[in-house]
Amino acid sequence: MSAASYDVVIIGAGIVGAACAHECAAQGMRVAVVDREMVGGGTTAAGMGHIVVMDDSEAQFALTRYSQELWQRLLRDLSPDVEYEQCGTIWVAADAQESEEVRRKETYYRSRGVPVEVLDPQALEQCEPNLRKGMAGALFVPEDAVLYPPCAARFLMDRAQASGAKLHLGMTVTGIGKGQVRTTAIEFSAGTTVNAAGTSAPMLTPGLEIRPRKGHLLITDRYPGFLRHQLVELGYLKSAHSLTSDSVAFNVQPRVTGQILIGSSRQYGAEHGEVETGILVRMLRRAEEYMPGLARMSTIRSWTGFRAATPDKLPLIGPWPEDNTIFLATGHEGLGITTSLGTARLLIDHLTGRTPEIPIAPYLPSRTVAEHVHA
Amino acid sequence: MRKPITVKVNGKPIVVPFGSTVAVAVMMAESACRNSVTGERRGPLCGMGVCFECRLTIGDDSYCRSCQILCQPEMEVRTDG
Repeated sequence: MSAASYDVVIIGAGIVGAACAHECAAQGMRVAVVDREMVGGGTTAAGMGHIVVMDDSEAQFALTRYSQELWQRLLRDLSPDVEYEQCGTIWVAADAQESEEVRRKETYYRSRGVPVEVLDPQALEQCEPNLRKGMAGALFVPEDAVLYPPCAARFLMDRAQASGAKLHLGMTVTGIGKGQVRTTAIEFSAGTTVNAAGTSAPMLTPGLEIRPRKGHLLITDRYPGFLRHQLVELGYLKSAHSLTSDSVAFNVQPRVTGQILIGSSRQYGAEHGEVETGILVRMLRRAEEYMPGLARMSTIRSWTGFRAATPDKLPLIGPWPEDNTIFLATGHEGLGITTSLGTARLLIDHLTGRTPEIPIAPYLPSRTVAEHVHA
Repeated sequence: MRKPITVKVNGKPIVVPFGSTVAVAVMMAESACRNSVTGERRGPLCGMGVCFECRLTIGDDSYCRSCQILCQPEMEVRTDG
């Protein structure tokens, strides 16, 4: 079996792999992308496409904010089917406790240069008339946006291919390491192998602390004007931080088509990808508590996906300490659509020796290895 | 044998055998069911309520799956949604 030789071989044609291919090919590197299925068909298709700045930690803020700026720089070139819309996020506070969170979040974002606006109950009602009355208030983050993830991945991959990247679909990688990529079809030799295989990443790089976290999504028929911003409950933080139990949260998104994309759920330990009525019903009840009008809507599809979750809620971006030919770009969980572009920039800066615009240290895979050593 | 039923498709009376679905009436009217987001005309595909291609408006109810609903007398069906 002859070995095809590349500067960079990327495992995974999700949005992270596509973004990495886009950056590397644009730098004139010889790039190949391998995926056992299709472009943007895995975890990417289970993402809402919320381009959101998050504040769980300084490192999470840095990567999401930087990545959002990269999306804005790319905006002019995006094809219409990517459906990028800067609709903003409204973080909805249901009670006094969550109102305190509005003020904390306001201070946090404002002090770091992110425009925000506090909405009192009346202003919130004007922004989103179909929210239940009696909310305590909200925080509006106008630069947040939404896009359609599978087409965004396709767009990045198209650009990579236009710059010479080779895409191999329907090819399963059976092993990587020491500059070699073995697949069910051909063998590659690679200066750098990028493991962007999402939840499958630990199969190729044993020892990665990544767990699949299942999520449900549901999309309605077209109801233009019903919803104007991405709405997320501030109680989301309580549920999303739970590392053990299944959780649901109110998280709805207006699509360009007038459809409403409804999330979100998070489950550990689910092995199969089927839609589960129990959790779907919980998710929809939560959505209806916030927007009673959703109950009358016709839904078209519900589906699920698995997101690659790490113990400390930060992705793994950087060289794998046990084999420096391997660069990891995985573990983005629910933020991979946003942070795909920042991840790709950290990769290309690493490969070219440039100083990255944000420090890579918080995302380096060596942080988990170090913990093992001292455990 | 029950009597045929008359429904209106975009205002035009269509007579269908008793037990026909709305999708049948629309096909007898030589119409599609709806417009896609890109403006393509769309009509029944799976015929069993799964693909959602045959959605249309019945009375005041939008997004009805016409392959799953039986024609009733006086039904007003619209396919401009």
